[in-house]
Amino acid sequence: MKKIEAIVRHFKLEDVKSAITEAGVHGMTVTEVRGFGRQKGHKETYRGAEYIVDFMPKVKIEVVVTDDMEDKVVDAIVTTARTGQVGDGKIFVSDVGKVIRIRTGESDESAI
Amino acid sequence: MSIPIRFALPFIAALLCAHPVAFGQDVGNEPATLTIPANDTTVDETPAGSLSSTEISAEVQTPAETPAAADYDKADVAWMLVCIAFVLMMTCPGLALFYGGLVRKKNILSVMMQCVFLMGLMSVVWAVIGYSLAFGGNAPYFGNLEHLLLDGVTPSTASGLTVEECVSDQIVVAFQGMFFIITPALICGAFAERMKFTTMAVFSVVWGLLIYCPIAHWVWDEGGWLSEATSGAKYQAIDFAGGLVVHISSGVSALVCALLIGRRKGFPTQPMPPHNLTYTCIGTGLLWVGWFGFNGGSGLLADGKAVNALFATHLAASAGVLGWSAAEWMKHGKASILGACSGAVAGLVCVTPGAGSVTPICGLLMGLLAGIFCFLCCTKLKNSLGYDDSLDAFGVHGMGGILGAILTGVFATSVVTGSESRGAIDGNSGQIVTQLISVIAAVGFSAVGTFVILKILDATMNLRVTEQEEVQGLDISQHGEEGYIFH
Repeated sequence: MKKIEAIVRHFKLEDVKSAITEAGVHGMTVTEVRGFGRQKGHKETYRGAEYIVDFMPKVKIEVVVTDDMEDKVVDAIVTTARTGQVGDGKIFVSDVGKVIRIRTGESDESAI
Repeated sequence: MSIPIRFALPFIAALLCAHPVAFGQDVGNEPATLTIPANDTTVDETPAGSLSSTEISAEVQTPAETPAAADYDKADVAWMLVCIAFVLMMTCPGLALFYGGLVRKKNILSVMMQCVFLMGLMSVVWAVIGYSLAFGGNAPYFGNLEHLLLDGVTPSTASGLTVEECVSDQIVVAFQGMFFIITPALICGAFAERMKFTTMAVFSVVWGLLIYCPIAHWVWDEGGWLSEATSGAKYQAIDFAGGLVVHISSGVSALVCALLIGRRKGFPTQPMPPHNLTYTCIGTGLLWVGWFGFNGGSGLLADGKAVNALFATHLAASAGVLGWSAAEWMKHGKASILGACSGAVAGLVCVTPGAGSVTPICGLLMGLLAGIFCFLCCTKLKNSLGYDDSLDAFGVHGMGGILGAILTGVFATSVVTGSESRGAIDGNSGQIVTQLISVIAAVGFSAVGTFVILKILDATMNLRVTEQEEVQGLDISQHGEEGYIFH
């Protein structure tokens, strides 16, 4: 089982959601996050006081999938979330040791 | 708070005992059973000859005798009732939202609490003693205690405030009471995010009674040394709606507060951007509309001068938006919503003393100049001097008020005032000198008075919250609440 964490632009969230749902993902967790990579922040000015805002707002999508789904889901995210500009985001894939559905107690792949 | 309450209770009890008549007076129409000698003398002391200006509207009656309640023009009464509500709305939600949006989110409730609490506190203080200190007696510098607990203020008494004697004292008390609330609330912008709540409350009361009331008395009460209502006064400053009394007094006191209380922790290295400019924008709209009552009601009549005041006020705010935005665009390459809102307020502040004396087009010019001038004060002046006036109460209200007072001496015209009261463009350049003297008096008195009050309060009850409380935020440390709990 793999956990796929994708940090993407806000306005791409709906597209990504549709694409990975089509690819067979049944659930996901979405979080508002802030951070920076190569994309530079921007300047804000309030009554002459200037601030450099380093942390850019993005959304993080987390899904856990079976091993055979990994490539399909990652491809779907890459295709839909890409604009070609700096700041499109990143995808992290990691192994998941265990998954449990709280309601039934089912575990691992049947709990995804 | 236990100490102030212990002192206050016997004081209030003593007041109540000393003025048993106060409880029956609001019935008003039973003078036979109530002995209020002060009434008759106050009204009779206002001879028709002392009217230094004539009404712009010829229909307005000038009562030579004591006006009975039935004599009031109902249109005047209706308009003034609306204005009273408008000016109250300026403090909360107007100023509460305007200031609330500008602080960090951990302090939003503290700012709103300052506004709401002052609505309660200052209203009570005004009724108990403030009105009397501002509008009692005819002495040049200070009021007296003749109207303690609103003694002698009934629906059928009309005396004192201006040359137009057609509204009842109760309207004056209620309308002026709203000014007594918003003026200390404006100062809160200077010490926002670090002032101790209890000290703020005590400061507002002491400041209101010792600084605001005397200045209001000088400028607005008959007999005041700067008042247009004082016949034969050497210096008759034009201050229609409170450029001196409200904005200069609060703005200059705000600067003294900012200097004495010190900078916020982390200023200016840590970013402290406004947490919600949408609130600030809503607050601006409410202030703008409320100002129609603030200025439009300051003639106390629903007449041509009120229309002039309202429209001059509106154009000043409009031009203020343009002035600030243009200056900002040239300096930073963008026009911001905060700039537009600040410009509107700067224009409104600037036209306040002159709304009843300048034409709407001159009001427009005043607003435009204020937008540019206050932009420079809030950016250049503040940065070069390094004080931390959190929400620019001095830069907008103090400096905008000073500019307005002087420009009123330039643009006042008898076409609008309908009297001898006029400024440089109408051939009376001496009015500028009078305005300057009134500005110096108000600035000096506010600055010194506020300094002394703050020094005493700092020594007895501390001005600031502790560093830990400041970092935690005033909402939790001072009020035990949070502004935003989203689940």
